Amino acid sequence: MPGRSLLQKIWDQHVIARLSEDTDLLHIDRHLLHDLGGSRGLLDLKSRGLKVHNPELTFATPDHALSTAPGRAGTSKIGMELLAALRVETAASGITLFDVDQPGQGIVHVIGPELGLSLPGATIVCGDSHTCTHGGLGALAFGIGSSELTHVLATQALIQKRPKTMRARFEGKLPLGVTAKDMILALIGHVGAAGGTGYAVEYAGSAISALPIEGRLTICNLSIELGAKMGMVAPDEKTFEFLRGRPYAPQGEMWDLAVKAWRELPSDPDAVFDREVVIDVEKIIPQVTWGISPEHVVGVDGIIPDPKAVDDPARRAAIETALEYMGLQGGAPIAGTPVDWVFIGSCTNSRLSDLRAAAEVARGRKVAAGVRAWVVPGSENVKREAVAEGLDKIFIDAGFEWREPGCSMCLAANGEVVAPGQRSVSTSNRNFVGRQGPRARTHLASPASAAASAIAGAIADVRMMGR
Amino acid sequence: MPKPFDKLTATAAPIMRGNIDTDVIIRIERLVGNGIRGTLGKWAFGSLRYLPDGSENPEFILNREPYREAEILVTGPNFGCGSSREGAVWSLQERGIRAIIGSGFGDIFFANCFQNGILPVLVDKAVVDQLAADIEATQGAGKVSIDLEAQTIVSPSGARHAFEIDPRRREGLLKGLDEVALTLQRDNEIHAFQASDRTARPWIHSTRISA
Ligand code: SF4
Repeated sequence: MPGRSLLQKIWDQHVIARLSEDTDLLHIDRHLLHDLGGSRGLLDLKSRGLKVHNPELTFATPDHALSTAPGRAGTSKIGMELLAALRVETAASGITLFDVDQPGQGIVHVIGPELGLSLPGATIVCGDSHTCTHGGLGALAFGIGSSELTHVLATQALIQKRPKTMRARFEGKLPLGVTAKDMILALIGHVGAAGGTGYAVEYAGSAISALPIEGRLTICNLSIELGAKMGMVAPDEKTFEFLRGRPYAPQGEMWDLAVKAWRELPSDPDAVFDREVVIDVEKIIPQVTWGISPEHVVGVDGIIPDPKAVDDPARRAAIETALEYMGLQGGAPIAGTPVDWVFIGSCTNSRLSDLRAAAEVARGRKVAAGVRAWVVPGSENVKREAVAEGLDKIFIDAGFEWREPGCSMCLAANGEVVAPGQRSVSTSNRNFVGRQGPRARTHLASPASAAASAIAGAIADVRMMGR
Repeated sequence: MPKPFDKLTATAAPIMRGNIDTDVIIRIERLVGNGIRGTLGKWAFGSLRYLPDGSENPEFILNREPYREAEILVTGPNFGCGSSREGAVWSLQERGIRAIIGSGFGDIFFANCFQNGILPVLVDKAVVDQLAADIEATQGAGKVSIDLEAQTIVSPSGARHAFEIDPRRREGLLKGLDEVALTLQRDNEIHAFQASDRTARPWIHSTRISA
């Protein structure tokens, strides 16, 4: 029998019942709720006359619908109603809520790891597709829809079909100015936005081992943008160091027991994957998207694709549609494209290391005239740590706006939008049509690239900034 | 609880662009709030269906006769990729869509369809291309038939295609099964699992901060 992969090991540990050859009833170890879907699920459950099966394994925080303006000014009436409903319904069910202004509040995929709620070997779900983020700690984490959310509330279990397995190995030493975000965008460019559909992806290789945990979370965050609803990295000493002492991480004897179990999780050397991809990271340069799918990505020194040079009619039409929406000319260099907005935040890139990287570029410089640039920390704790380090001051001095934690301009569900036709460089994860507001144009990039673009007033190569 | 699905013969609209994400199917601001069910049909494909001034885009297929009446979509690769928002399925359902035939679907969207009694049919690109061509040849007048029991699609030209579907999913749709109720019938197994897991992995189950 061949060895087992990280995915198989975690999966097998969670099977409550085998329902068919390839479908199991899985135990869910952590269920995270947010303001958009959390109270709706709890109300749905109530209307069926059911109770939350394990409130102690369920945690909630508001993030999507809140304004991130100082004092949360401008949160819509409906956003306030959702917050009120989340408070009432979590309290009624005995679910811990990390509320506004409290340590612990933040984007659900930032707070899970930060609080030690997300653990290696755990199954973690949330009604949000970027739940794959938590896989960066060696968890089996994935997004679910509203019906599945109700199912988990009612049963603490979920019916799941075993996915195929893919291993993406990143090998080599990361060049200067190139980040985890660039690594994963390069992979998406390579395999396409549907390349991972039906797979759970394990990220491995020397460049993944070398990455700090926050970088691994960024990598796993974008799994869904290559079509994979699950992405994961085997836990190692860095993972354990990251988690040690966090509020909800096991302590004392329990910690030792947990670490012993976690050491057994990495894929066996002879584990077989349905698909293997190898990426040479030494060839990666900072990435930026030019179109309306994350697969529409080039190196920042690259050229926007020219539809006239493409033979396949479907591909040509897709490029034309994207360029028309984005207001770009095929065949032109992407660098130097003027921008109106820069957004540094989201569950992809709003952790302390992301803010440090952006601040490093911004320090002592000024945001270009005519550009609005926001920095939105991922959580209350990230915000407090950043302030303690003086990062807020660096940003404010450079002309960035420093905001309260939340999803903000990543999805435009909270009144925070890029105006129609305006162009934004964003550290988030989706450049979809209208994602940052109706007819808004989004270019995805790393925090360092976004900060460089804010300073330049145009899409910029951070490697040319001389730091 | 999903409505059962067995057979359907209906107008079908080809929407062949690849990578139509769930943000394009329904914008997030339409989904903010707990009372949204029943309000979403007119916002399905909002950015494609309406011009910036709010009027209908006459070019968009679902704004044209006879596709306005479509109950089936024929879709390009990676339809429903992106966000997990089940509102994408609700909006299509409220718009009258009951089945989607495509060459690739986002994993979460695909699962969400079954939860709502919508049948997503995964077939080869060649089948999708042929269906689209047949539909266009009749300017939408030719209907497409889907038989879930027999696992077949019949194109307006009469061409018949078999499709594969997970047997559990199929049964769930045919009977309109409620998964929550079914799983709760196994509650003793869930409790037994948790009892033994509490010994094996106590750190998963004790989540109250002691400090
Ligand atoms: S930051 Fe964006 S992608 Fe992440 S959870 Fe919030 S809305 Fe979703």
